[in-house]
Amino acid sequence: MTPQQIFESLKSRFGEAVLEAKIDAFPDPWIRVAPAKLREICLYLRDDGEMLFDVLMCLSGMDYRAGKLGVVYHCDSTAKHHRIVLKTEFTDADPHVASVESVWKTANWHEREAFDLYGIVFDGHPDLRRILMPDDWRGFPMRKDYQVPEFYNGMKVPY
Amino acid sequence: MEETMTQPRQVAGFGRDLKSEEMVISMGPQHPSTHGVLRLELVVDGEVVVDVIPHIGYLHRCFEKHCEHMTNYQQVIPYADRMDYVAAMSNEFGYVVACEKLLKIKVPERVEYIRVIMAEFSRIVSHLIAIGTYGMDIGAFTPFLYCMRDRERVLDIFEQTCGARLLYNYMWIGGLSHDVPAGFTEKVKDFCRYFRSKIKELNDLLSYNKIFIKRTANVGVLPAAVALNYAVSGPVLRGSGVKWDLRKNDPYSVYDRFDFEIPVGQGLKGTVGDCWDRYMVRIHEMEQSVNIIEQAVDGLPAGDIASAIPKRIRPDAGDVYVRTETPKGELGYYIVSDGTATPFRVKVKSPCFVNLSALPAMSRGAMIADIVAILGSIDIVLGEVDR
Repeated sequence: MTPQQIFESLKSRFGEAVLEAKIDAFPDPWIRVAPAKLREICLYLRDDGEMLFDVLMCLSGMDYRAGKLGVVYHCDSTAKHHRIVLKTEFTDADPHVASVESVWKTANWHEREAFDLYGIVFDGHPDLRRILMPDDWRGFPMRKDYQVPEFYNGMKVPY
Repeated sequence: MEETMTQPRQVAGFGRDLKSEEMVISMGPQHPSTHGVLRLELVVDGEVVVDVIPHIGYLHRCFEKHCEHMTNYQQVIPYADRMDYVAAMSNEFGYVVACEKLLKIKVPERVEYIRVIMAEFSRIVSHLIAIGTYGMDIGAFTPFLYCMRDRERVLDIFEQTCGARLLYNYMWIGGLSHDVPAGFTEKVKDFCRYFRSKIKELNDLLSYNKIFIKRTANVGVLPAAVALNYAVSGPVLRGSGVKWDLRKNDPYSVYDRFDFEIPVGQGLKGTVGDCWDRYMVRIHEMEQSVNIIEQAVDGLPAGDIASAIPKRIRPDAGDVYVRTETPKGELGYYIVSDGTATPFRVKVKSPCFVNLSALPAMSRGAMIADIVAILGSIDIVLGEVDR
């Protein structure tokens, strides 16, 4: 299916939750969706006979500056040989998005990484804890406004 | 709110309700079979592993944060080398392909061919280490030395080409740092001839060794459907019988011009998707890499390797996701440009990270000693897992 068809199909099924699409974006066309409906949309993308997006290639946390966070999903279909990019945005005051761990198991660690580095909370994730940083780290290092702490557990950080 | 979110949570295994027969054992972070600093928390019932909880991050060097603080795109390449440090060429390859796509640069044919040769050499090097250390994990010391001996020859070729043996900074955006040296073609052909017979030697020594098969066949079986759901890639995915290789299925560079096979696991010694299958896929891939190198070196066109290197790297605002087939699997770069000379965001989808996340699915119900065999068959490099 072309990205345009995928967008129209999602739009007719999920209506308001599918916000916009940039089909002419070079090189990867993307569709922006609402964070709350994300799991339903992904489940549909995975299971529908026309879509069959069986692989989640990549899940990236994003900080778009000015308090805007986001998550980008790159989905691929090994059966149908098409791919699509889903984007979702929210504010850092309410950094919640539905987890897709139950759709693609690979999202488990990717979501933990996005939680760890960006402070994005994935609702419905079974084991959301830090993965790369130490368990007692404070703050979210990949945020654009992150300040490197002077001390970590009473030890001076040498930078 | 930040306070509550950064509270240390209970560490997974030690906090769970154990049955009276169960016990938690920590394997690593300093353990010879974890191939680096990785800690596995094993919940065991006697010798049987009930669950595995990997703890990673010991080698986290904030690669992605560093990328955002560079002064230009080119500076990221030496850092990319240091992710999967046993196959650094492949890491550079993905990054430069992504940047070139963002910049809409067309690279000279000669550069593409040399890149393919180097990437395939780095596949051989990486697989030799994977196979050698895997033998060692299981108790066979000799194959490791044989593998290191052959690896040395490839490193010599790398050294003659760009002066470095492990971390090259060889592929640049739009070109290469050096052209290949005089006599390159003969050296490469010599190696290919030499190496074919060595693969056979390795097969006699390790692959069809009775003890080795006993230790790896029917161990750590990963069914194809589970493998896809975990999005594992590379030899782990192909070991499960899925014929999926980005060099064929989503060709980049000039891979569509070469004739080669995609080896997949067939369950010859046990079940499809067991450790032996994953191991054997690597052996066959080395043979295919030799084929590709020979074709590439024969067809190596003339040209200037530096003609397309841009003076100023400032891509238009936009984002790109490029995936390439590294020895470990699908390495993806998601690069976002905001129109300035520095990347706004570089996200690396590391194949080792994803493959390791499938370890619990492979290991439940195995023996403790099999965990070593299963982990070795995934072939992780912690530098890439933790970035």
